[in-house]
Amino acid sequence: MSTAHVETGPPAGGAGAQARPRRHHFAFGDPLFRWFTIVCAATVAAAMFVLIGVLVKNSWLAIHVLGIKPLTHVAYNPSTNQYGALSSLFGTFVTTILAMLIAVPLALAISLLLVELVHPVVSRILGTSIEMLAAVPSIIFGMWGIFVVAPLMANHVEPWVQSTPLGRLGIFSGAPVGLGILTAGVVLSLMILPFITAVSRDVLQMVPTVVKEAGYGMGSTTYEVMRKISMRYALSGIAGAVFLGLGRALGETMAVAYVIGGNFTALPHSLFANGTTVSATLALNFGESSSKLETSSLIELALILFVITMVFQVIAQLWLARARRMTGSRA
Amino acid sequence: MPPRSVGRRRLANRVVTAGAWTAGAIGVFVLGWIVTTVVVRGIGAWNVAFFTQLPPNGTDTGGGLANCIIGTLVITFGAAIVGLPLGFFGAIYLSEFGRAGRVATGIRAVTNIVLGVPSIIAGMFAYAILVLPSHHFSGFSASLALAFIMLPVMTRTAEDVLNLVPNELRESALAMGVPRWKATLGVVVKAARGGLITGAILAVVRVAGETAPLLFTALSSQYWMSGLFGNSGYFGGPTPNLTKEIFDLSGQPYPHLVQLAWGGALLIIVAVLGVNVLTRLLFQRGKEW
Repeated sequence: MSTAHVETGPPAGGAGAQARPRRHHFAFGDPLFRWFTIVCAATVAAAMFVLIGVLVKNSWLAIHVLGIKPLTHVAYNPSTNQYGALSSLFGTFVTTILAMLIAVPLALAISLLLVELVHPVVSRILGTSIEMLAAVPSIIFGMWGIFVVAPLMANHVEPWVQSTPLGRLGIFSGAPVGLGILTAGVVLSLMILPFITAVSRDVLQMVPTVVKEAGYGMGSTTYEVMRKISMRYALSGIAGAVFLGLGRALGETMAVAYVIGGNFTALPHSLFANGTTVSATLALNFGESSSKLETSSLIELALILFVITMVFQVIAQLWLARARRMTGSRA
Repeated sequence: MPPRSVGRRRLANRVVTAGAWTAGAIGVFVLGWIVTTVVVRGIGAWNVAFFTQLPPNGTDTGGGLANCIIGTLVITFGAAIVGLPLGFFGAIYLSEFGRAGRVATGIRAVTNIVLGVPSIIAGMFAYAILVLPSHHFSGFSASLALAFIMLPVMTRTAEDVLNLVPNELRESALAMGVPRWKATLGVVVKAARGGLITGAILAVVRVAGETAPLLFTALSSQYWMSGLFGNSGYFGGPTPNLTKEIFDLSGQPYPHLVQLAWGGALLIIVAVLGVNVLTRLLFQRGKEW
């Protein structure tokens, strides 16, 4: 096909008489190119449907044999025929909530700093270093977590919390071992921080200067403009950013696998106790899985995780689309 | 609304400003903390053996991660060959042909969702479609998992960059009688090449440090890769790679093995952050549209 075009020579050259046959040739090239790009673009969609297909197909054995048992049982211990998913799901939700509680206020504060408070040059340098935090691979967060953060938690933070009145609460009971739900939540929060920051910074930047200037003109302080004008204007975008971070936190694997402690058989009784998440259970058990049922049960867990993250991803995209419509931006 | 005292409003403003600065400082501090930790603990592992030898046997001392470095490069390269062209041409469809049409909108939505698929699920995907049927692990299956992660990243960034090219440029090319495909590849893509190269490099670097997708695909190996096929080839068997090896070594109770893991971590962070910074510096001009 492409040789046909080469034979026609440089398109800008010819006189009017030659134009008609040449256009005929080109009419072949363009639809071909167009279809080629469509196929490439559709690959992502095709891959996602194949992904759903293979996850369902490979977890079918577990779904068939175990029924809804995984959703009603806690312990995951294939050697005693226990395939509960609740310990994993519980850990996933608790670590994600912790991570969001820490990361969302921090991310909003940083994006306020980047958009409203500092000189554009400083903002760019600061923004780039936050983006660099996003570029740090998960495994490095994990090693830092287990060798640096966990000892710090075990020796200083957790004993300190227990020495305050808060320590009498059940959620802060137990031996301060450093590995567990709380440490996982903290490390996770730092990993999703840059994602939420980047998106909320972008939506805050979309707020028209005129609107903000009107606020300042009325005598508002920076904080008031931020809270009552920028935040309201960018609310749906910020909601999208938050759900995007949430989706990331739910599926994050390696860093959590390092610091969560890997307790697959019981629900953690406190934030200091060992636990597991869906992705950590997969990472730590899949390699050793010895039976077909075990493999299938883990793929079923992956399917559950996929469905959960997809739901939050869709919610995030809907909010972001709304934000785009409201601000008329293509970003 | 009753008037509020200027003092309290000013105080609230100061508190929030101070909070914002603290938050920014925390972000930068954590980045610095992580990088320093990796440098301090990893630099001791860097010697000639680290870059030239195989990992030590059992609890032996010495050794290096040379096979893993090669393996990671090969796996990442394989992912780039699959993921980048698909993402690039997919982006051309979205920005040049599909635009706001129904097909393009649908594909864009799915691409955004795939962007959020956890990386371990990408690994599970490659495991299910390649490792299970063939009954062996392979570097290629790892490349495929990484390509699955890279594809939507490349598509979205390339589309954003192509969208920045002014429409006048397309119109003037077409007005010259150039066919659409030539106008796209020769004019639009050429105009956006800085941004496209940046996007491609960042998409590759982003997957280079991934671990979770390699756990059940490339696995790890103590030996050199030998060619493409056979038990220790790219298509035929477990393929050595840095991240899985670091994961295994860091769980060992022996300090010299853990130090080797830190050495690997240092190499990864230097490569990933280094390429990130360099690309941004070199191709910044591509952003000026």
